[in-house]
Amino acid sequence: MDITGRLERFFSQRRIFFFAVVIALLAALPAFGFSRYIMRICIVISIYSMLTLALNLVAGYTGQLSMGNGGFYAIGAYTATLLMINAGLSFWSSLVVAAAFAGISGFLLGLPTLRLKGSYLTIVTLGFGEIVRMILMNWDTVTNGTLGVRNIPLPSLFGVSLSFTNHGLYYLALVLTALVSVFCALVINSKVGRAFIAIREDEIAAQMMGIKTVRYKVLAFVLSATISGIAGAFYAPMVGYIDPNSFTFDISSQIISMAILGGLGTMRGMYFGAAALIVFPEVSRFLMDYRFVIYGLILVLMMRFRPQGLLGWRTRLPYRFGKVLERQLAAEGSLPPLL
Amino acid sequence: MPLLHIKDISLSFGGLKAVDSVNIRVDEGEIVSLIGPNGAGKTTVFNILTGIYTVDSGEIFFEGNAIQNKIPQDIVEAGIARTFQNIRLFRNMRVIENVLIGSHIREPYNFFQAVFRTRRFRDSERENTLKAVRLLREVGLLARTHDYAANLPYGEQRKLEIARALATGAKLILLDEPAAGMNPQESEELLRFILSLRGRGYTILMIEHDMSVVMNISDRIYVLDYGKLISEGLPRQVANDPKVIEAYLGGVPDAAENNRA
Ligand SMILES: Nc1ncnc2c1ncn2[C@@H]1O[C@H](COP(=O)(O)OP(=O)(O)O)[C@@H](O)[C@H]1O
Ligand SMILES: [Mg+2]
Repeated sequence: MDITGRLERFFSQRRIFFFAVVIALLAALPAFGFSRYIMRICIVISIYSMLTLALNLVAGYTGQLSMGNGGFYAIGAYTATLLMINAGLSFWSSLVVAAAFAGISGFLLGLPTLRLKGSYLTIVTLGFGEIVRMILMNWDTVTNGTLGVRNIPLPSLFGVSLSFTNHGLYYLALVLTALVSVFCALVINSKVGRAFIAIREDEIAAQMMGIKTVRYKVLAFVLSATISGIAGAFYAPMVGYIDPNSFTFDISSQIISMAILGGLGTMRGMYFGAAALIVFPEVSRFLMDYRFVIYGLILVLMMRFRPQGLLGWRTRLPYRFGKVLERQLAAEGSLPPLL
Repeated sequence: MPLLHIKDISLSFGGLKAVDSVNIRVDEGEIVSLIGPNGAGKTTVFNILTGIYTVDSGEIFFEGNAIQNKIPQDIVEAGIARTFQNIRLFRNMRVIENVLIGSHIREPYNFFQAVFRTRRFRDSERENTLKAVRLLREVGLLARTHDYAANLPYGEQRKLEIARALATGAKLILLDEPAAGMNPQESEELLRFILSLRGRGYTILMIEHDMSVVMNISDRIYVLDYGKLISEGLPRQVANDPKVIEAYLGGVPDAAENNRA
């Protein structure tokens, strides 16, 4: 067995332990006294983890490359912001409405999948991202146009405002990312996730198995948009100021680069990709102006040498039947032998 | 009432009459073969049957209900599943997952029940997975359960495709050249397996271009050439039909040799 297989088995056998360690470390991170700058990077990583997890649902599992996910992020951010500022809603209700609103926009964008495939669909999603930005720029009366919206209030919980200082923002980011992660894992490990992957693998064969492919593709878009909307709704109060140029095509392409770098179709790859491409420009600030060049280069190199992404291997771990089923299978003598 | 009744279907691609007034009847519990040289229109008949193409004219009845021009998803629900001439497995999914995709339409839970892991979800998943493993054992793929479809040798991929079709719960299984590319032992074993399917209550309509492969296991045979049926009947009748011999000898000379070699 090769090295990744061994590593996987090593971690898998001790997964509860490692899981606990990671959670404990993340939870204890503020106690190490890192600067606000470092904590902010951690928060941004978790925002982008949500965004890549969202992209992963459409592009990684369902095989429909969306270049418009930045648009959902923007819709989430603006919806939440305007509800908080103009309607005086709390962060929490704004978050829910923003997620729903982004989800609806995902439904609308998903509809062209009824007719479009492959690169045609991708171009429509790209156009969508730009249209969202144009609307934000030109619908002055609602969005305040290119001036953007300032003084977005921080979320507050039981009267305590969640800030950088009290690490409330950090914990909120952590909780949201955890919820999104659990949600994605639950969806993927069900007939819904299997249907997504089957569509990616062979759409005709999927149809022949009775999978309503259009419905599942639209569902993937809706879920992806909803999660991106949640990320946006969190981002806005975190930075306190948004304008249409916070949501250029740069965002969508960053999300895609992260997902490809980490490995589309895996969840581990999403966290890794997000962390790597957020940290990289920070540790090499002198490259900032060349970031696009670097992203482009990374994409090209990945496509050439490791198209499945750095962490994009197919797991060698056995399929999980669960204890009950395993016992039942063993009892009737049909427990499948391991690989 | 026949299980499947194809009445006078025709389909043209531009000027090419790929299927020309074809009539086929399949009764419950039969193994019927559709043979003919390469390019005769056999796969096109399957594509029409499974809703990939819509017919120009004609009707198709399955258990007495008209099914022509329905979408593939409705065809599977009705009880017809197929395999493909050039294997179309979900290659990056595991063997067990391929079979579970087959039972997709047998999963009664909805999206929210999946996310909240309700009892209905758990019961349905457990039951379908159990059935999937049993099915894999029956087709002799138990040892490959955890592996990825792409890693299977050719013969096992063919079997997996059949298992996936069976998992849909279909009554009528359409097999498009299941023995293609197999060595004589493999194809012998596969034919025995297909026979055993009939024993378990399935009805089989299978395509083959090599007549000798299906001689022994078919109840009846239809012969297609240039989109038209040129002969039908018991295997022995068909084999001795001068029109069939002519089509095979005149058409694709080496077709009958390819797969037995
Ligand atoms: N989608 C299509 N468009 C145009 N021609 C097609 C198409 N599908 C099949 N054909 C043509 O129809 C004829 C029958 O093809 P097919 O049904 O695949 O033959 P068989 O399975 O008997 O070898 C061939 O001449 C083939 O080239
Ligand atoms: Mg064919």
